[in-house]
Amino acid sequence: MNDSRDLILGRIRERLGRSPANVAPAQTAMDVALAAKSAGPRPRTDADLVAAFRARSEALASTVDQVACLADVPRAVAAYLAEHKLPARAVCVPDLAGLDWRGAGVEVEARGAIDHDLVGITGCFRAIAETGTLMLCTGRATPATVSLLPETHIAVVPATAIVDGMEEAWSAARSEFGQMPRAVNFISGPSRTGDIEQTIVLGAHGPYRVHVVIAHGQ
Amino acid sequence: MHFKARAVAQLADAGVQSNLKKAKGKFVDKRRDAIAEFLAQGGDFEALREAGMELRNRVLADLDLWLEKFEVNATARGAKVLWARDGAEACRLIVDIAKRHGVKKATKSKSMLSEEAGLNQALEAAGIQPVETDLGEYILQINDNEPPSHIIAPVVHKSKEEIADLFARVHKKPRLTDIGEMTREAREVLRSHFLSADMGISGGNFLVAETGSVALVTNEGNGRMVTTVPKVHVVITGIEKVIPTLEDLSLLLRLLIRSATGQPISNYVSLLTGMKGEGDLDGPENMYFVLVDNGRSDLLASEFNDMLRCIRCGACMNHCPVYQTIGGHAYGWVYPGPMGSVLTPLYMGMENALDLPHAATLCNQCGVVCPVKIPLPDLLRTLREKQVEKKLRPLSERLALKAWAWVATRPALYALGTKFAVRYLNWLAGGGKSIAVLGAAPEWTAGRDFPAPQGRTFREMYARRKRS
Ligand code: SF4
Repeated sequence: MNDSRDLILGRIRERLGRSPANVAPAQTAMDVALAAKSAGPRPRTDADLVAAFRARSEALASTVDQVACLADVPRAVAAYLAEHKLPARAVCVPDLAGLDWRGAGVEVEARGAIDHDLVGITGCFRAIAETGTLMLCTGRATPATVSLLPETHIAVVPATAIVDGMEEAWSAARSEFGQMPRAVNFISGPSRTGDIEQTIVLGAHGPYRVHVVIAHGQ
Repeated sequence: MHFKARAVAQLADAGVQSNLKKAKGKFVDKRRDAIAEFLAQGGDFEALREAGMELRNRVLADLDLWLEKFEVNATARGAKVLWARDGAEACRLIVDIAKRHGVKKATKSKSMLSEEAGLNQALEAAGIQPVETDLGEYILQINDNEPPSHIIAPVVHKSKEEIADLFARVHKKPRLTDIGEMTREAREVLRSHFLSADMGISGGNFLVAETGSVALVTNEGNGRMVTTVPKVHVVITGIEKVIPTLEDLSLLLRLLIRSATGQPISNYVSLLTGMKGEGDLDGPENMYFVLVDNGRSDLLASEFNDMLRCIRCGACMNHCPVYQTIGGHAYGWVYPGPMGSVLTPLYMGMENALDLPHAATLCNQCGVVCPVKIPLPDLLRTLREKQVEKKLRPLSERLALKAWAWVATRPALYALGTKFAVRYLNWLAGGGKSIAVLGAAPEWTAGRDFPAPQGRTFREMYARRKRS
């Protein structure tokens, strides 16, 4: 690319004492590490993933609701919006546009979000019990802006998508996508800042509220 | 750089002093609680530190190969990987990219490397408006580009009153004093910048070789904004930030975030790989990595190699009695606290930061909390030795040390010397317990008394005991 590349890499090789003799074993060790993908020390796995995910989400200042099946989600969302005096209007990732939103009285538009959207509804690729985190992957039907620009983010989490930790989520992404999506966003509660006097304020640049709806069945 | 003068000024600044005191406990307590919670979850934080250290060492030992692997995988996803020997070259590369894409405004999420390089000044000089979007960095930018005083909490030295005055003046709005309302006002100002910028510049917490991705950790969501909305995304980061796999990323995140802010995880962790795909509704159309050396390769395999493990968590400064007393600005460059006292002389030249390796009590609080077990006190001591070797210490000090060594290797002379010293100090104390003014080194007693020796020297007492 530029000359500096060769100069920098040359300098590194010189410092490390790289030689034709030691490059092959180092390459092999590297390939082994890349193939093994071994995990470091991890906390204990939770017996009840849904309960653990819920408790830790709430600890991150998210709110959590549970419904029996995916078809019940629009009504639960409508109730949440009404309770928080939010308009029954939302932008929704195209992925979830098939649910019966109209039947629940929620007007959704399936598209990427713009500045003025107040409510964004997304699904999630996986959810992580260890920390109460949502894992969203971008794609044609899952734009990144919907979980970012609106003041309220509502995430639909199928109970089957809840896994122990990030490691399980990575393996799932590898097998499902083959290569990593453009953006994998791990979201853990509403956006926050502690920059002024280390006082935590919710709603820095992203959503003020994150509401999670866990759907137990299909 | 005149460390002493700056430290004295910070000590005399009542505002800075009270702000530092307020922040200190919060950082320390939050980290402690987060680790306790991790233990309650069945985690082993010490094992995690050990694994983090081992992992970072492994990468550094084959850094050339890992960087090449990263480059191949990032390029395969369409990103362009550029290399910069120093900050000036990084600035040139980024200004060129901006010009090529007709960029007028660039939003930035926090990058310490861009501070190292002086990127904002370079962009401004080229007619491109840089907008810092981390709330802390934004506050500093609108305050005439004041430098940060902490790597995680850049405005830890400022009170909300000072920030309220600044916002009222710069935003030209009624003065707010509620931190929530102030944050909302900044959010609104910055939102319009996010949506109108043509380029986003981010740092990189880690580069993942396996996937050719950058991992970003933020709480505010600004990292997501600058990498989602603009059509160009530029990552500026150090060559030492590469790690092998996504599993390694998970390991380091468990360490980094607990050590930095005491959270189990930050609000946003993003893994960004390549650009907007066909049919995608958002994401940048161009992605660049600018990998900067700026002195790092010189540390590889040297006695300072350990320092390259640093994951920039800030725990060392949060736990440092010296940092907590003088604040970040006294250190004079981008990196404060113990890690700064090691990095500044190494990156800026030892002769330019003579006092920093001495601005430590070597209490090892930093070494105990460092998530990747960097032996900071040892590195500071090595720097002190280098100063003596390179004859960078004042002649009087070097002569005094020589004289002391000469005496200390002659037991009879040493015994005689200490015998006189004890009597002299007792005389100075006038029979009391402490000495108010130490004649030979008055600086030592400027802010405190010097304890007077109790009784005779150890050798004298030992000899008397043996006899009886
Ligand atoms: S030296 Fe260690 S404690 Fe200090 S910032 Fe780096 S990783 Fe954190």
